[in-house]
Amino acid sequence: MTIATSEPAASPAVDLERWVEMYRRMVSIRLFEEQVNELYTRALMPGLAHLYIGEEAVAVGICAALRSDDYITSTHRGHGHCLAKGASPDRMFAELLGKEAGYCRGKGGSMHIADPATGNLGANAIVAGSVGIATGAALSAKRLGLGRVAVCFFGEGALGQGLLYEVMNLAQLWQLPVIYVCENNLYNEYTHYSETTAGEIAARPAAFGILTETVDGQDVRAVYGTAKRLIDRARRGGGTAFLLCNTYRYHGHHVGDINREYYRSKQEEQHWRSERDPIKMLADWMIEQGLTSVDALTRIDSEVKSEIEKAVKFALDAPYPSPEEVDQDVYG
Amino acid sequence: MRWTLHIPVQRKSTRMSTADATMRELTFGHAIREALGEEMRRDSRVCIFGEDVAEAGTPFKVLSGLVAEFGTERVLDTPISEAGFTGIAVGAAMTGLRPVVDIMFGDFITLTMDQMVNQAAKVHYMSGGKWKVPMVMRTTLGASRRSAAQHSQSLHAWFSHVPGLKVVLPSTPYDAKGLLKTAIRDENPVVFFEDKMMYKLKGHVPAEDYTIPLGVADVKRVGDDVTIVATSSMVQVALGAADLLEREGISAEVIDPRTTWPLDEQTLIESVKKTSRALVVDEGYGRYGVAAEIAAVIAEGAFYHLDAPVKRVGAMHVPIPFSPPLEDLTVPTEQSVFAAARGLCTRS
Repeated sequence: MTIATSEPAASPAVDLERWVEMYRRMVSIRLFEEQVNELYTRALMPGLAHLYIGEEAVAVGICAALRSDDYITSTHRGHGHCLAKGASPDRMFAELLGKEAGYCRGKGGSMHIADPATGNLGANAIVAGSVGIATGAALSAKRLGLGRVAVCFFGEGALGQGLLYEVMNLAQLWQLPVIYVCENNLYNEYTHYSETTAGEIAARPAAFGILTETVDGQDVRAVYGTAKRLIDRARRGGGTAFLLCNTYRYHGHHVGDINREYYRSKQEEQHWRSERDPIKMLADWMIEQGLTSVDALTRIDSEVKSEIEKAVKFALDAPYPSPEEVDQDVYG
Repeated sequence: MRWTLHIPVQRKSTRMSTADATMRELTFGHAIREALGEEMRRDSRVCIFGEDVAEAGTPFKVLSGLVAEFGTERVLDTPISEAGFTGIAVGAAMTGLRPVVDIMFGDFITLTMDQMVNQAAKVHYMSGGKWKVPMVMRTTLGASRRSAAQHSQSLHAWFSHVPGLKVVLPSTPYDAKGLLKTAIRDENPVVFFEDKMMYKLKGHVPAEDYTIPLGVADVKRVGDDVTIVATSSMVQVALGAADLLEREGISAEVIDPRTTWPLDEQTLIESVKKTSRALVVDEGYGRYGVAAEIAAVIAEGAFYHLDAPVKRVGAMHVPIPFSPPLEDLTVPTEQSVFAAARGLCTRS
């Protein structure tokens, strides 16, 4: 049997700096996303964006267990993954605003941020569209003996796509160092996943013989501890794994999805925000353990806030690409 | 039988002069295999995946022997998961390998469309030029194998429509080898269509290493009265038709674009400016197809030189039927191309 539910594996003995860094990253994603919402509301951002607020512990806990040269693939709800893997907020904002200083010279936008320097193979606007890419990166890593691991982030909506099952089958057959991370935030766009998903999620990868674990996606310590184990195992040649992270999307499917009561209640949203918030959970734990103080965390909050404000300003002031850019980089 | 082999006697190409001494006869399939073997020897990052590509060497036996030389690490049999292994090829290409995927029948490209169109074709542009996808998809086209509607289509127009992809359609063993080697060395996703009825076609192939650039058309036969632009096995059909036309005193120039993207528009336009008449022959569906695009290129570029409307000849707009007498009606033949070209030349 390969299905297991993980307990928080880490103990206070893990050095304080690691948890503080994870706290800082989660706050950074939270404030980044709040700014995105603000840019949308003030009509300063072209198009839409899909906010990651509420799910920060998943990206941060997993990316903390990765090396900088490990690979990730991300999703339409990808800002958190990119930031957790090391992207800087100023160039992220620039990309969201379609500016030349963005990670993709403004040609990708919110749903396509990619960055070879941080191993980010790209966010993807096709649900499950990147599962093949992540698996292929794992094939390269294995074939070329790079000792790298690929993490494939996707939401539970991707469970409806056949491609996922094709590549999981291949990954397990070829024992590839890829971790499939399913972020179950409960909603496929505007529909509860129970209406779209027969059977158990964890039974799917388990049917291929893939090591499958389930973790509380709001608990960054649990996510990190479990991810570290699966990633280290893959790096040692132990093969493929699947990590189901149970989490919650505080905002709508995208920034324009304001009136959500036809598919979920305000009470439900409030419950997750007040009882299950990943940033608050880590902060409370660190304080309770005597690892840090409210003041120290408040200082971090304000440092991050000023970094994000500077990043937004950088992006707003940055120039758009010149017209000659339009047909550049179609072919390499 | 749609066509018989025509070795054109009149070639514009300069390549013949240097290689004559070492020319060998190879089949089209053998030329493909030789290109793959040479590139795999040259570059350890090149690998092959697909269904039954290893010991079986594909149902067409095009890859026979490669696994014996390169092992199952580099010639990987996959499950029947076209989308899955194509997606894996995209990711592998982005991260250091140079995969050549084998899609047994061109009809099955439909299963790979998201991975090719939304992923492979877009990655470079969407990443602001940072990630590259140096992969090749080899697949087949062509009817008249009595395989019915799901194993007979010529769907190369679909990929030709998408920016970010290159599309290659060799018509001879020589071109197949040189173009495939170039495709493997290219930094972009390239789709390489082989007419499965041509695998046994023999032709001269030099023993020395050579490549053919993508985007350079080849004049397969020089003529003055009408230009026949033809792709893939339709080049052979066109050459046969040109022989029939010659008996009627009509001199046909046959041009093979060799790649539908990049497309060597200039060579096509220059030829039509000379002949004043153009017929485009392609085995894809005539409507909204490769023949339509090439006809438009010619109409735009040589309109004031035309003595007749540009004419298209493609597959009939029907699913390919199984029954032989019906199937044979659906694809261009030497006779139908001859009749169409003669029609252009006899207009008042």
